[in-house]
Amino acid sequence: MQVVIIGAGEVGTSIAADLASDHDVVIVDIDESRIEDIKYDIDVLTLAGDGTKSSVLIEAGAVQADMVIASTDDDKTNLVICGTAETLGDPFNIARVKSAEYRRTWEQTGKAFDADFVICANLQAAGTIVDVIGLPSAVEVSSFVGGLVKMAEFDITEGSPITGQTVAEADRFDSLTFAALFRDDDLVLPQGSTIIKAGDRMVIIGSPGSVQGFAQQVAPVATPDTADDIVIVGGGEIGYHTARMLEMRDFSPKLVEQDSDRSRALAEDLPETLVMNHDPTDTDFLRRERLDEANVLVSALGSDENNMLVSVLAKRIGAKRVISLVDRSDYVQLFQEIGIDAAVSPRDVTAEEIIRFTHEKVAENIAVLEGGKAEVLELELGADSEFVGRNIREIDESVNSDVVFGAVSRRGTEVVPRGDTVLEQGDNVVIFVESEFVGQMLAMG
Amino acid sequence: MGQYVRVEWRASIGLIGAVLLYLTLPLLFPLALAVLYGESVLPFLVPMAVTLGLGGGLRMLADIEEDVGPREAFLAVATIWLLVAAIGALPFLVAGNGTIAQPVNAMFEAMSGLTTTGATVIGDFGVHSRSVMMWRQVLQWLGGLGILILVTAVLSEIGVGGAQLMETETQSQSSNRLTPRISETAQLIWGLYLGLTVLVAAVLAGMHYLGPVVGVELAPNMNLYNAVAHALTSISTAGFSPEARSIEAFSAAVQWVLIPVMLLGSTSFVLIYFAIRGAPMRLLRSEEFRFYIGVFALFTATSAALLIGTQELDMGLHDTVRHSAFNVASILTTTGYASQDFTNWPNAGQNVLFAAMFIGGMVGSTTCSIKSLRWLVVLKSFRRDLFTAIHPDAVRPVRVSGSSVDEGTIRDIYGYVLLSIVIFFLLTLFVVIDGARSGVDPSEFEAMGAAASTVLNIGPAFGRAGPMDNYLVFPESTRAVMVVLMWLGRIEIVPVLVLLTPSFWRS
Repeated sequence: MQVVIIGAGEVGTSIAADLASDHDVVIVDIDESRIEDIKYDIDVLTLAGDGTKSSVLIEAGAVQADMVIASTDDDKTNLVICGTAETLGDPFNIARVKSAEYRRTWEQTGKAFDADFVICANLQAAGTIVDVIGLPSAVEVSSFVGGLVKMAEFDITEGSPITGQTVAEADRFDSLTFAALFRDDDLVLPQGSTIIKAGDRMVIIGSPGSVQGFAQQVAPVATPDTADDIVIVGGGEIGYHTARMLEMRDFSPKLVEQDSDRSRALAEDLPETLVMNHDPTDTDFLRRERLDEANVLVSALGSDENNMLVSVLAKRIGAKRVISLVDRSDYVQLFQEIGIDAAVSPRDVTAEEIIRFTHEKVAENIAVLEGGKAEVLELELGADSEFVGRNIREIDESVNSDVVFGAVSRRGTEVVPRGDTVLEQGDNVVIFVESEFVGQMLAMG
Repeated sequence: MGQYVRVEWRASIGLIGAVLLYLTLPLLFPLALAVLYGESVLPFLVPMAVTLGLGGGLRMLADIEEDVGPREAFLAVATIWLLVAAIGALPFLVAGNGTIAQPVNAMFEAMSGLTTTGATVIGDFGVHSRSVMMWRQVLQWLGGLGILILVTAVLSEIGVGGAQLMETETQSQSSNRLTPRISETAQLIWGLYLGLTVLVAAVLAGMHYLGPVVGVELAPNMNLYNAVAHALTSISTAGFSPEARSIEAFSAAVQWVLIPVMLLGSTSFVLIYFAIRGAPMRLLRSEEFRFYIGVFALFTATSAALLIGTQELDMGLHDTVRHSAFNVASILTTTGYASQDFTNWPNAGQNVLFAAMFIGGMVGSTTCSIKSLRWLVVLKSFRRDLFTAIHPDAVRPVRVSGSSVDEGTIRDIYGYVLLSIVIFFLLTLFVVIDGARSGVDPSEFEAMGAAASTVLNIGPAFGRAGPMDNYLVFPESTRAVMVVLMWLGRIEIVPVLVLLTPSFWRS
């Protein structure tokens, strides 16, 4: 595969390094000295120039390229690159943005800015933080339909309260679907009477709240309770999205922000979050608001120095788990060495997500499970989809494989899929399917 | 020196002139009735000559090129309500019958009508012609939703200024546009108002005429005249009745029907519009609606619990519930009907009604008083203050129906509630002192009831000014002051007080 990467920052460079061995990679940056450095670090073709110019893109080979990854530090530059590349050839365009708004615009249309995939670093980081907080026991977590639907895979251990229960007994949530069980390398489609055994791997699909609730059942000790104190320090974009996503999982976090206008805006947007306007490094304040007894404290301030200060302070006064944001990815190790429980680097998670995506090489948002045995697909039903107007039972019977409809999202709200649920045009459906039937499902949807 | 009047009064004058010209139209209705019943037509021809002459004259003086800004809106709103009431009083003066032939009383009756208060100074209901009695009802209907909304609906020349006028009239920033053009929004709202009025009249008349067909006397006294008269003053939560005994003159069935009508009149017309257009959930999602219905249920239950044990009233369960619900709805929605003389209720029951006076219905309806939304915001912001007392750094926006309320708006609402209550106390004091001076000696409860009832535009009070009596008990000077306060209360105090500040007239 021929890949053109624009922007040789941390993200662009780590993607280039990962892809270099199997693919033909060209990396473009406006900064000549940076390009010089890379030349000697990674075995890729380098080019100095402005990636928004079509002449530069043509020279980099965007016309014949299979994929163009726009990964500069500027959102608008990245979007312009996607638009330009699209007019030159027909590569698969990936844009990296910071603004969650651009990502939302793209999500709603699926093709805005001529991008085939838009990844928002802030959302990605917040999502990772929330998964680290909320689902520490999950082996694999993926988001669909812009975070409205979650897929999670859990290891069922000997000590888990649901071991020995039937699926019907364990299913206490309205909007949760038990998609599959992996048992001794076999795929089992769970029926109500299937008994859950230790050593099983269970795949569930549902709303963030119900997935969270189920995690609580599977691993009550490791998983935080919705009554637990979760404190976020710093109300920047990542802090805001972390709080918002925690609200979606029925948590009521606390958020400390130093700027009073920003605090007000945050409080208006986050009805379930207690927003406090104070200096987060004031230990008297932390004690007065009982933040020292927090079950989880997330430090999401703007600079690594402040994050380190707050994290160390929080550990010292007694916070149980401390998760910190780290801007420079080479500090991740350092943060963990001084006793911080988890360090999340937005650049790292973004690069990882893009790399994951390039490996999968398909347009649909998918998650591959158990080394490729089965996949979870998200499909948006268009006018010509064979699913439209039929109910789930009919579709199930017309396919000669086992398909599980994990979730249906209609105009931004979740519809719990039942046998008699009739699918409509415009629905987003999340389907669990064995890998060999993925092609058939894509053709039908 | 060097101070100029900076209000573009000529823009306001043009507007006032146009409103007066249009006022000719509603006068045609009682005029037609007078012809039909063979009564004197003079009481309506005289005011029609005034509206045409004065309105036309003002239009000639006017400069319609000027924009209606905030100052012009304040001036126009306050003046229009006062002038329309004055012209509304002319038929009573010209007819020359009974107590309302006297100028202060005529003005009281007209202002009480137009502001949808419903307090009366008619001593003997029998001496007036049916067309004059209907004029009282029409005045109330005109005032119900607000004259300026009507003006905005018919006058295309107002354009953008209409939003200014509607906001000034209702003292709210959210004119809640249903369509991009403000005049179309006003037309929709008025169309809805008219439609609901016709519906209520049809239901009431239907009960009267169709009842006997199926063999039940559902509404013996509710002939077409009464059906129209009560439709005009129920959906407008106004409260005049051509019957001296108010709604006591009608059957239990009529009373039951009027309870939801009054409640509907107090519901936001924007939400009613959406409910009709197929989104009834918006109504239930409105916290203000739930609060207001909750208050109605609570007050009805309290009142019923107090009345059921009262020996003197000797009512069964059905009568107790009906009279409690009816009179609580009447006072809470600021209508001012009565299904029985509640001055005979035990003191505790009367106090429940007195408390209900201060609440009112929803913003954007025909109701008056302080209004549910303001109380809801006050309660929520008070609860927030209790929370921030414990967590001094917490940032907690006050939310109503999911959206947060601006801190400036909260301050305005506190200010408005306080101002209403201060004005109520000052008027009470005046009623007591003026009463003592003239030898009327109103009791404290009579004075408080009458003061609240006029400044909050409800209608009946307690004691000697109860629903089956009238305000003639108070001296003329008190009645004159009440005229001013009904005017002040209906346009939500601010437009009138603003005119009294010197800086309004300067740059």
